[in-house]
Amino acid sequence: MAQFRQCPDTGLFFHKEAENLMKANAVAGVVCLLIGGILALLVVLTRWPAIHLLPADSFYMVLTAHGVCALIFWMIFFEMAILYFAGSTLLRSRLATPRWAWAGFVMMVIGAVMTLAAIFGGKSSVMMTSYVPMRAEPHFYLGLVIFAVGALIGCFVYLGTLVVAKNEKTYEGSVPLVTFGATVACIIAIFTIASGAEILIPTYLWSIGYISHIDPAMYRLIWWAMGHSSQQINVAAHVAVWYLIAGVIFGARPMSEKVSRAAYLLYIFFLQLASAHHLLTDPGLSVEWKLFNTSYAMYLAVLASMIHGLTVPGAIEVAQRKKGLTNGAFEWLRKAPWGNPVFSSMFISLVGFGFLGGISGVVMGTEQISIIIHNTIYVPGHFHATVVIGTTMAWMGLTYLLIPVLFRRKMIFPQAAKMQPYIFALGMSMVAVFHMAAGTLGVARRHWDMGFAGNPLGFEYPATAYLLMGIAGVGGVIGVIGGALFCIIAVGSLVFGEKLQKEAGLLQSFGVPLADSAYTNEKPARLPMAPAEAVEADHGESGFEAPGTFILAMVLLVSFVIYYFINWKYLSEVWGIS
Amino acid sequence: MTSLLPPAQKNWWAVPVGRQEIIWIAIALVWCLIMFFMMPLWHMYGNQNIPTEAYKVTPAKYQAKVNEMIEKYKVREETAMKIPVVAPPDGADVYLLARLWQWYPMLELKKDVTYRLHLNSIDWNHGFSLQPVNINIQVVPGYEMVLNITPNKAGEYTIVCNEYCGIMHHAMLGKIWVKE
Repeated sequence: MAQFRQCPDTGLFFHKEAENLMKANAVAGVVCLLIGGILALLVVLTRWPAIHLLPADSFYMVLTAHGVCALIFWMIFFEMAILYFAGSTLLRSRLATPRWAWAGFVMMVIGAVMTLAAIFGGKSSVMMTSYVPMRAEPHFYLGLVIFAVGALIGCFVYLGTLVVAKNEKTYEGSVPLVTFGATVACIIAIFTIASGAEILIPTYLWSIGYISHIDPAMYRLIWWAMGHSSQQINVAAHVAVWYLIAGVIFGARPMSEKVSRAAYLLYIFFLQLASAHHLLTDPGLSVEWKLFNTSYAMYLAVLASMIHGLTVPGAIEVAQRKKGLTNGAFEWLRKAPWGNPVFSSMFISLVGFGFLGGISGVVMGTEQISIIIHNTIYVPGHFHATVVIGTTMAWMGLTYLLIPVLFRRKMIFPQAAKMQPYIFALGMSMVAVFHMAAGTLGVARRHWDMGFAGNPLGFEYPATAYLLMGIAGVGGVIGVIGGALFCIIAVGSLVFGEKLQKEAGLLQSFGVPLADSAYTNEKPARLPMAPAEAVEADHGESGFEAPGTFILAMVLLVSFVIYYFINWKYLSEVWGIS
Repeated sequence: MTSLLPPAQKNWWAVPVGRQEIIWIAIALVWCLIMFFMMPLWHMYGNQNIPTEAYKVTPAKYQAKVNEMIEKYKVREETAMKIPVVAPPDGADVYLLARLWQWYPMLELKKDVTYRLHLNSIDWNHGFSLQPVNINIQVVPGYEMVLNITPNKAGEYTIVCNEYCGIMHHAMLGKIWVKE
């Protein structure tokens, strides 16, 4: 018999098994973030030219581990928690086959440990991308495969939960938008993992000698079908988290269910084509192939993100205006709860993802512009804006939301928590912006010594590049401080936070369920449809529901256009290539 | 908390979309199309396009072509390692080889002359990153890529490797001189 408890503060229902799985996955994710963050500090202090901390071999090892930990393990563990939340909790349904979900979780843990063991063994410093014919130890690949299979099981448990919820009629009408978004993330995840299996299993067999040769160009093509798509899982999932947090904090309703869901549909169809971004300067690919894929078939996935970029803050604005914050274009934004880390993390994630990550990503993914950006440190600058400011900050906001709801603990250090999103965002924005700037001066990524000390050929980047890398280093340290603060608050709250429910003890923070008395065998009432609202009068000027948001969107567009053409200008000045 | 609840209308797909969203979608779509068509337009009118010419090649064969070119056009040697410097005739095929951890040989080119630059790696992936112009090309082992390049400024240029290629990756440099 499935047991449920209702959160007295939010009214959300938690299925006991699903709740444990969410906790376990979220905690595992934060542990990976913690490891990834420590490694990040070492990377930052080595690439900061004035400090240059680690020797070359340790640097490449640490950089490999940082990428795998932060970009794969932290993200996917947390996404599993989100899937179980969106499937079970939001739909008030029991989780399908929780034992399989546990098996998946255990596999993910084993896989993660195995791959990290291979890296820290010192003979698998191949970077996250592990391009053949550079060879890692077999258990580097095997660990990733086991991790991916575990995640795949989690995806199918989620899909199974959707079926259970539908059959048992736990909700009326269509699934909520957040669940819809999580489903999109799940579908992209399945594509991602299938691509990963397609390339990592043969590579594993090659590493133990069963396959003699793997074509390096083919490897890059299929590897990126996993490598880039895994970041698209993050996009789909963190947009869902934006909608979720907007709903929880403001009671915001989507401006249009149709528009938001159609935008998600575009993600399913087109987002993964972006794997081509990594191959634009590769040999042998046809122009047509590159144009179609790098542009997500005429930028239809970019269109989708631009739509979410309007509808998420737009929904918040409409909700705020309804509460009477109607003065001027931006009173709704000024009087938003900026001291609440759930909101501030979410909103910074939204703005940072759009302005820093989104614009730079589209520009560098333009077929020809890739020539002046490919493999420079511009690339890490870009993706620290998308996956750290974008995804990680969305996850952080969600964590702040879930500490009381899921773990039934009061957050410790509320004043520090108020500041944390700003510290982290400041540091990571510096990392993103100054790495991008150094990249335009040609500084290489994944490179131990930009000074080329002792090299008989000798080369010096412009002095500005050193300055930019130094500032990025300062930003990185600030970012690590912000990240550490998050880990301290999150983990500290689970261990030392005041219990909101007397049954919540230390073990409950780490996956053990609350005392049975908190659960009942009673099936939750069916999830009702959102209340229909009378057609509202226009809240904003000139018939626009959310004029402030529209202004912000136009600012984004103008920045986008200017930055796009500036890069064409830069490109036009380099040597002719044809 | 309505993004957490099923839509208010059973037929949510039939609910008309607000004017603001329609306008934004239209603007965004136009911008997307502009960005898309910039790329084929640059193929027609721009001077920086990655060509598709590439051949599968074995390390031995490529090495042989490189050696043949060096024999023909070598003008001097540089550094204690005696790396040959090659000055190919105008419009010639120029073979540049990437290996752990060196770009081989060095080149001496002329301004405003177009060369057929062949790129290949005989071991792992490398990254051809020409500084300070900042041209970056992926070099994949087994694939010989041909780029028609036209240097537009005289000077000394350095090829940095910007694809991670092992423990001495950061020491992998090459040189190109461009003369008036």
